[in-house]
Amino acid sequence: MARISGVNIPTNKQVGISLTYIFGIGRTKALEILEKAEVPANRRVMEMSDADVAKVREIIDRDYLVEGDLRRETAMNIKRLMDLGVYRGLRHRRGLPVRGQRTHTNARTRKGPARAIAGKKK
Amino acid sequence: MSRSVWKGPFVDGYLLKKAEAARSTGRKDIIRTWSRRSTILPQFVGLTFGVYNGRKFLPVLINENMVGHKLGEFSPTRTFLGHSGDKRVKRA
Repeated sequence: MARISGVNIPTNKQVGISLTYIFGIGRTKALEILEKAEVPANRRVMEMSDADVAKVREIIDRDYLVEGDLRRETAMNIKRLMDLGVYRGLRHRRGLPVRGQRTHTNARTRKGPARAIAGKKK
Repeated sequence: MSRSVWKGPFVDGYLLKKAEAARSTGRKDIIRTWSRRSTILPQFVGLTFGVYNGRKFLPVLINENMVGHKLGEFSPTRTFLGHSGDKRVKRA
């Protein structure tokens, strides 16, 4: 078990995959990090030396925005839009799609499960 | 996709002139405009624009957070008061 940037405990998988368990790191960034740390991406985490783990951890802490900080930043960005009175903010407040998608049908991701409407049956 | 930097921010020319004029003569009355597509520039901060939404000119007081947005973003063009028979929403 290796702890990197707080709560994250990637497993006995290859590092390139393991790192993507961290919020804010996908495949691309994982490979980028390993490139910088000069660790082969197909090595298993448990086979890594402590020095390598430390190096990876340091690079992430220094150069990448992950986990809580990243979540906070996105939340702040959304909050800014909401406080500003911008159209996009209004859409966020109402829980509707923000980027001009149709809402006549679909948009279920934003709106949540469909609610039954009284008296609407052919 | 965002706009190319080399083009600079888009502002309708007449609006820029009006804003500069309002700034130099001491910021007073609202500048009525239909130019919802114009970007808000740093030098607009403190001015008030009346942004047309298709029906009336909504007053928008510019603060520094608004820089980089378009004027139209602050003037909603649709009025949605909820569906008929929707009990949660009280209508105007």
